[in-house]
Amino acid sequence: MPETPLLEVKGVYKHFDISGGFLDKLSFEKGKPYLNKTYVKAVNNVSFDINTGETFSVVGESGCGKSTLGRSIIGLYKINRGEIHYSGKRIDNLSEKQMLVYRKKMQMVFQDPYASLNPRKNIKSILTAPLKFHFPDLSASEINDKASEVLELVGGDTAWFKRLPHEFSGGQRQRISIARSLIVDPEFIVADEPISALDVSIQAQIINLLIDAQNKKGLTYLFVAHDLSVVEHISDKVMVMYLGTICELADTKTLFSDPKHPYTKALFSAIPKLGKPLAKHIPLEGEVPTPINLPSGCVFHGRCRHANERCKTEVPALIEKDGRKIACHGVEEGRI
Amino acid sequence: MSEKLLDVKNLVVNFKMRSGEVTAIDNVSFSLLKGEKFGLVGESGAGKSVTGFSIIKLISKPGYIKSGEILFKNNDLAKLDYESIRKIRGNRISMIFQDPMMTLNPVLTIGTQMIETLMAHKNISKSEARKIAVEKLKKVHIPSPEKRLEQYPHEFSGGMRQRIIIAISLLTDPELIIADEPTTALDVTIQAEIMELLLQLCDSMGMGLILITHDLAVVSQVTDRMAVMYAGKIIEEGNTLEIIENPKHPYTEGLIAALPESASTKEKLNQIPGNMPGLGKIPEGCSFHPRCTKMMDICLTEVPELKEYKKLHRKISCHLYNEKEQ
Repeated sequence: MPETPLLEVKGVYKHFDISGGFLDKLSFEKGKPYLNKTYVKAVNNVSFDINTGETFSVVGESGCGKSTLGRSIIGLYKINRGEIHYSGKRIDNLSEKQMLVYRKKMQMVFQDPYASLNPRKNIKSILTAPLKFHFPDLSASEINDKASEVLELVGGDTAWFKRLPHEFSGGQRQRISIARSLIVDPEFIVADEPISALDVSIQAQIINLLIDAQNKKGLTYLFVAHDLSVVEHISDKVMVMYLGTICELADTKTLFSDPKHPYTKALFSAIPKLGKPLAKHIPLEGEVPTPINLPSGCVFHGRCRHANERCKTEVPALIEKDGRKIACHGVEEGRI
Repeated sequence: MSEKLLDVKNLVVNFKMRSGEVTAIDNVSFSLLKGEKFGLVGESGAGKSVTGFSIIKLISKPGYIKSGEILFKNNDLAKLDYESIRKIRGNRISMIFQDPMMTLNPVLTIGTQMIETLMAHKNISKSEARKIAVEKLKKVHIPSPEKRLEQYPHEFSGGMRQRIIIAISLLTDPELIIADEPTTALDVTIQAEIMELLLQLCDSMGMGLILITHDLAVVSQVTDRMAVMYAGKIIEEGNTLEIIENPKHPYTEGLIAALPESASTKEKLNQIPGNMPGLGKIPEGCSFHPRCTKMMDICLTEVPELKEYKKLHRKISCHLYNEKEQ
């Protein structure tokens, strides 16, 4: 029997109601009033599994729903449809109180280390807050020991305890927020663009730290990012998203050496490569459509060179082909 | 040898702070030939943007150009007064800024902003200006430019706005474009498009380009020569591909090794310990010595000079290299 994945995401939808107040919603048709609702359809029918110890990356351009997905999994947003299972148990319909058990196991690292640390609290209280909340029985010295331990793991030292966030650089702050997520001994960490606000030399420090922590503690990562060269370096599996849906999902080597989906191909061809001339990238026509009115059929059809009638009307299912999961009629029919 | 378009000599830019004066740009020299594409690379705080801004004297209080020359076609921009620099800025030298959401005026149409720029610099009628505006929008591949002129910035996407900004910078047919992180705020597919466009325009119109960026991959694809900056100084300068393939200064070496491309999957990346020093906290001797793996005694006390090493085919400021290689 195969092992149960640590995290199973099954057909998740997340729509945001942006229709506003009563008067904004009110409209008239043939003299009759009715209430009009507008939704941003951020995530649509997304399913995937993450195994224990894996680094699973979600990539895509701004507005593709990758951050929303990460936040929905950790429970910061309530999903509209679908199920999320954590080690075999359903967690998306739990009450706040029931969810507490899982909050200890799942932690999050945010993008902007300048916004995610409370500027009025010193590092010690920032680090120990989650510990005091989840393990109220711990003694002061135990809390202290644990805080020094995680701070050392991320390359800091106890002299930082009394200082405030503004005294630290971006890279140091990101270390502190990683330490804060590690202090409750989680199994699973959602890292939402943890390095995109940092400089190259600091990025390398944080990536090494994340790899180190994974090796030492057997962590599982869901890594949300747009920097494809970083993703290629650290991930086991990569999922490409476009406009709230999955385009292609495969292990890193397969995907980067041989992308099949027309969007993945275009995206990868645009990555600037060190010391190579500006490659002929595959241009995409037009712009990303708004997630309020999603295109019919395949959401990518308006910008795809291979689109035909079927793509305009029928939503492609995520199928398994050539050692990957892919949602494209063209690939399914064998014409791409 | 083709003529020099821009020649920056021993530029020093200081900022007067309450706690005293700090040096942001310390004795920076570089030059640009006509039509050449030059990259200024470094991490945040290295002084690359301040260098770019000071070329067209966009440094405002508390900063000022303390000394040095900025020769643009043998005309020293550093000595020009406010009125004379305005005739060059936005006319013969254009600048493209990082954030396309911030650079356009949200309450004026694209047309108004383009025609305004043209009429400020050239003695032409409004209809002539309009014609030029349409022509430049076509150059940056904006569909139906006549209609687009009547629209406001919010009606365009980020990538289109950056293309419009490029069109505005092209209006007066400048000889030099300074692009400060032009694609950092954009997605990677749009970045590729903008870079290709910029490169193609520079080549076809014979413009010089100074590309200021932190992205080594982008610089390696676009520029002919590059300079790496650290703590307000140029530490290595030369042919772009030669530097990328064979970096000589320990900082450049570390920076390139820190890229995920340089290591195999899941292996640890080479990291440069520590952080770049802040202004006013620059260490004595070589400013990189506290983070350098090849530090020697001399680095603690003596500031290395940027010297040309003919054998190595570039300029380096590091004590590791001595007269033998010169």
